[in-house]
Amino acid sequence: MSKQPKAIALISGGLDSLLAAKTLLEQGVHVEGINFYTGFCVEGHTHAIRAKDKKKLKRNNALWSAEQLGIKLHIVDVIEEYKDVLINPKHGYGANMNPCLDCKGFMVKKALEWIKENEFDFIVTGEVMGQRPMSQRKDTMPVIARESGANDLLLRPLCAKNLPITKPEIEGWVDREKLYDFSGRSRKPQIALAKQFGFEDWAQPAGGCCFLTDKSYSEKLVDLWKSRDDKRDYEMDDIMLLKIGRHIRPKEYFKLIIGREDGENKYMEGYRKQYVHLHASSCVGPSVLVDGVLKDVDDFKLAAQIVARYSKDRNKDSVTIEMTDLNGVSKTIDVTPFAPHEIKKDWVV
Amino acid sequence: MRHNLDARRMLCPMPVIKTQNKIKTLQAGDTLSVTCTDPGAINDIPAWCRINGHKFIDYQQQDDEIILNIEVGDV
Repeated sequence: MSKQPKAIALISGGLDSLLAAKTLLEQGVHVEGINFYTGFCVEGHTHAIRAKDKKKLKRNNALWSAEQLGIKLHIVDVIEEYKDVLINPKHGYGANMNPCLDCKGFMVKKALEWIKENEFDFIVTGEVMGQRPMSQRKDTMPVIARESGANDLLLRPLCAKNLPITKPEIEGWVDREKLYDFSGRSRKPQIALAKQFGFEDWAQPAGGCCFLTDKSYSEKLVDLWKSRDDKRDYEMDDIMLLKIGRHIRPKEYFKLIIGREDGENKYMEGYRKQYVHLHASSCVGPSVLVDGVLKDVDDFKLAAQIVARYSKDRNKDSVTIEMTDLNGVSKTIDVTPFAPHEIKKDWVV
Repeated sequence: MRHNLDARRMLCPMPVIKTQNKIKTLQAGDTLSVTCTDPGAINDIPAWCRINGHKFIDYQQQDDEIILNIEVGDV
């Protein structure tokens, strides 16, 4: 190939994808980045909502990585297509609702479509053999290459020497000898390589970069599906609201989403036209959305007593709670706030 | 030509994705004003502009809304 080879690198924002892309840049390959937004990416979401996090540095780590590398980054919205990956994973789930193997295969498949449309030559990922229990194992890494359709167009520079030779190596677009043989869960080789490349800062997301690996989030998602007659579907608003607030389900057919602080309360106010909502009108209290239906006055009273529990006057005899329906019609009820023990443990999702 | 984009109530990285997709439809030299409520956009949209060859002009913040102004580059 006389022209400069062109690779698209999957950029998550973490260290491994940063190093993989840098390895190819060092070999003179033209690299651009691609980042897929599934709706479950941890990137900044809750930090943007919660008031207590307002002072934290807010940056999209994929964009930040691309800027460190001096490459373009294409961010692709795959929210709709990703539903099938999550709902029907061929290879099942990990420890929580994380369909990691199907997810990686899906992203590589999307990258393959992208290189065909944009006349690029191959795909680069930051995978390291043995790094992750589901998608980065010796037996599952070939599955990703095969099922995505990428086959030998998929190059993993950080562990390429542990894997069969790929087309970019055969064609001489990259020098296999200058690729790596990292394996296992240790991060030491990556940190050493980062220093060699002159990187002093990189993202280290606690608990990973996907909400689906989070136990609490996964339980809320399963609860959501169960409450909807096991219809395993979701909208963007559903998955956003699973990320914030206390979720309390006192009846199968309704759940309360209760803001925990000012940032969440303010964010939830934006959903008032889509959800029946409650708030304490006699004192300060949280924003509360009702996911489901309050069927009668007993349900209204039950919801109100829970909401009152989280209001400023939780220790008083009576709190006035106002409920507004989807037509904007409001009504109030005076209730005695629940004591802590009256909010049953199995109501808390 | 001046264009506007409403990305209010969207959280990172949706304002960036919407900006990216809108700019694909514009001409070099056009300007785009993106209205956001996610403060992360103050960092992310300029970063996206820098790496993709567009000029980030400035931003104004009023209460919880941020308006970011971009000049589309010749890319």
